Amino acid sequence: MDIRVQNLRKEFSRYPALNDVSLAVKSGELIALLGPSGSGKTTLLRLIAGLERPTDGRIFFGDEDASGKSVQERNVGFVFQSYALFRHMSVLENVAFGLKVRPRATRPHRSEIRRRALELLDLVQLSGLDKRFPQQLSGGQRQRVALARALAIEPRVLLLDEPFGALDAQVRKELRKWLREIHDRTGHTTVFVTHDQEEALELADRLVVMSQGKIEQVGSPDAVYDTPDNPFVFGFIGESSALPVEVDNGELWVGGRVIGLAAPDTPKGHAQLFFRPHDVELVPEGAAIAGVVAASRRVGGTRRVELEIGGAAQRVEIDLPFDHPAGEQTRIAFRPKRYRLYPAG
Amino acid sequence: MAQYEQDIAVYDSRRPDEPPDAHSRPTSEPAWVKWTLIAIAVLFLAALLLLPLLTVFTQALSKGLGAFFAAFTEPAGAAAIRLTLLVAAIAVPLNLVFGVCAAWAVAKYEFWGKSFLTTLIDIPFSVSPVISGMIYVILFGANSVLSPYLKDAHLQIVFAVPGIVLATIFVTFPFVARELIPLMQDQGTAEEEAALSLGANGWQTFWRVTLPNIRWGLLYGVLLCNARAMGEFGAVSVISGHIRGKTNTMPLHIELLFDSYNFAGAFAMASLLALLALVTLIAKTLLELRYGDHLAATRRH
Repeated sequence: MDIRVQNLRKEFSRYPALNDVSLAVKSGELIALLGPSGSGKTTLLRLIAGLERPTDGRIFFGDEDASGKSVQERNVGFVFQSYALFRHMSVLENVAFGLKVRPRATRPHRSEIRRRALELLDLVQLSGLDKRFPQQLSGGQRQRVALARALAIEPRVLLLDEPFGALDAQVRKELRKWLREIHDRTGHTTVFVTHDQEEALELADRLVVMSQGKIEQVGSPDAVYDTPDNPFVFGFIGESSALPVEVDNGELWVGGRVIGLAAPDTPKGHAQLFFRPHDVELVPEGAAIAGVVAASRRVGGTRRVELEIGGAAQRVEIDLPFDHPAGEQTRIAFRPKRYRLYPAG
Repeated sequence: MAQYEQDIAVYDSRRPDEPPDAHSRPTSEPAWVKWTLIAIAVLFLAALLLLPLLTVFTQALSKGLGAFFAAFTEPAGAAAIRLTLLVAAIAVPLNLVFGVCAAWAVAKYEFWGKSFLTTLIDIPFSVSPVISGMIYVILFGANSVLSPYLKDAHLQIVFAVPGIVLATIFVTFPFVARELIPLMQDQGTAEEEAALSLGANGWQTFWRVTLPNIRWGLLYGVLLCNARAMGEFGAVSVISGHIRGKTNTMPLHIELLFDSYNFAGAFAMASLLALLALVTLIAKTLLELRYGDHLAATRRH
């Protein structure tokens, strides 16, 4: 089932949470809504689910206009951030709930409901825990019950709100891989919300980067990481360093010196240079960005140094090999191997 | 009052993970402090609660078992018991429904005037019961604006059962709502949303998700509400008109017997009322034990 969102707007007591958002999700796709808190990603997810009413705009499930439909009619599988498992029901009862509340005409037989619920528990690798209560499960297990419960109603789309937000790092990684497997096996169109870029990059077919109620960029993980559309996306996804530069004569200048980077089609004037700290090459003095080491710290297998460029006015971060001899006040010159230029402003 | 009882419950239920040897803890006092405090508390409660209770029962039985039971079987006494049970039977279910509605509205929705509504719910607790009785006399009495219409409809409210029921509902309204609001606020709306997203309609969501989650708090509130409904004196006294055998509830009947120097009868009736209160209290304690088990069961493993 593909989902189309058209010019969607949502205001909470006059404060816009979502501003004219349009998005198309292809059938069977795994999409991540990524953004800082307050960017409107959860609001967008809840609007698709029908848990909120849009102030303006339309939502299509396939060719059908779902905008006016209630959450029940939309038949979506929603996994809540805090799981929202029914605390007074056993794991099996939780999973079976969606089938049990169906009207008599479409409700399967009691034994069939039980069989299907057990099958789903098997799918999420929780066989044997069907009689437990939610409070007797670990966070990761609860998460999987929540997913099984959402899958039980044979949803048209699967929506997950910060699915791994409350779990510790190790469990997150396992569940990530596992969710990908489930998705590939069941083929549901899946939209999940996250503020964790690593999770989004690793898991999603496509990313929707959001900020302040607007979509900043939609694209594959590669596209979003390698060719960010704007400074926000560059800064939000992955590590980044920024430096104000001058463009003149198809070349970049810092402090009146050429730095050896070409900008063939860029008009003359101020601009912002963005690059990844690990994506730089050290060069002997010459046409390069040169600075003095102001601070240095060990990050995993590399050493991250903060360079002062042109006095204390600008600071950028780059990665050096961990055994690089640079200490405080050492002068270092480098050139970004890959970079993006954005107009200053 | 409810708060006070909860405090005691918290004090009693030591955490199971607490070490048995508490003497080494920096917050523990010497033994004599502990025993002095316990003695003061026990003596205080004995003097103020146990002694009067004993007096009630000894006085009630002072003229023998025959006189004791006669107090319940004589027409006015039997009528008072019937009326009290009737009033509680009407007021408690109504306040159960109103209380759930009010708690639901306050806990699960955001709306204009919400804090005002919360304040309104507390009014019966803060206003003297006598005043609440008088409000209804003024509202529905012989000289009120409404009285012509009530007369046309042949509705007698003041000095009749409807007035007593109204006053009792007013006085006991906060018990259920007060008990549920913090509970429902704490639980939030996530489970309800989950139920809706799974296809349940509003009614199914309420019966299968909301109600099971609040059942213990609700029962507790209903028990307190019931105890107060049967024991209410002030508001009912003003509005009932003290018509013997007709509008006298048990507390009013006790006062009447007491004022006419029928001490054995008064105390017999009082002992019955006290017994009802004790039963409620025991039921509450059993519930708490059960409730505690329920909580523990879900936290084990």
